[in-house]
Amino acid sequence: MRVLSAAILGVVFGLGLLISGMLDPAKVLGFLDVAGRWNPQLAFVMGGAIAVAAPAFFLARRRSTALLGAPLEVPGGLPIDTRLLSGAGLFGLGWGLAGICPGPGVVLLGFGGAPAWVFVVAMVVGGLGAEQLKSGRAFPLTQSEA
Amino acid sequence: MHPFLQSLIGGGLIGLAAAGLLLFNGRIAGISGILFNAASLQQGLWRWAFLGGLLAVGVGARFIGIQASPELAATGLPVLAAAGLLVGVGTQLGNGCTSGHGVCGLARLSPRSLAATATFMAVAGATVFLVRHAAPLLGLVQS
Repeated sequence: MRVLSAAILGVVFGLGLLISGMLDPAKVLGFLDVAGRWNPQLAFVMGGAIAVAAPAFFLARRRSTALLGAPLEVPGGLPIDTRLLSGAGLFGLGWGLAGICPGPGVVLLGFGGAPAWVFVVAMVVGGLGAEQLKSGRAFPLTQSEA
Repeated sequence: MHPFLQSLIGGGLIGLAAAGLLLFNGRIAGISGILFNAASLQQGLWRWAFLGGLLAVGVGARFIGIQASPELAATGLPVLAAAGLLVGVGTQLGNGCTSGHGVCGLARLSPRSLAATATFMAVAGATVFLVRHAAPLLGLVQS
């Protein structure tokens, strides 16, 4: 059931990306380009997503178990440190270059074609490489937040 | 339909999926983390199922004749490879991307996610400014 639920929710998430226009790097870069012809669409996407998700996170605070029985894994306790901010900075640099973040990257793979593959393979190599390089695994992957 | 309304509805679906994954599966819908944990063969078939759902939308969209944006191919493979590496390393170090920090983190009012989101938005904006406005002035890139 958990696998089926995740598959259905993956489709819903992907449809959201498709309908919102966020599979088009031109729209994402148009949002980031505040000095050019600014396209505010990404703000509507994030606003809509946060407005719908927020009540669920509020409800989840009172529960320790999810509806399908697994423990509810809400992240917490990690500090705002240089690792967080430098990571976010590197991500921002890559995002600003291509206009693609991980979610749209995976959906675009389904469209096929070399550009999406090159981006996603490089992203996975970067992600797994960075994990290996972390000294002595002092910072384990917090799957809950990433 | 007005593009802003379409984005709001699409965003609502993204939020619905994030809410569903939290309440039914007990997990945060952060795509970078799901992807890296699946790729490093961590236990949890649900990750592959979720990624399969995302992928299926791309396959289905192409099947009914929706074209991928020409912007994607226009970027060029070397830039896409560099951007992909940066996104991979950055989201791994920073524990999240637009979905994990930007949507789920902000939805639960996490100060950490707010700091991360403000940082990647600002750096991405500065990057676009440099590429589109500053570099052409300096003759580095053809506008």
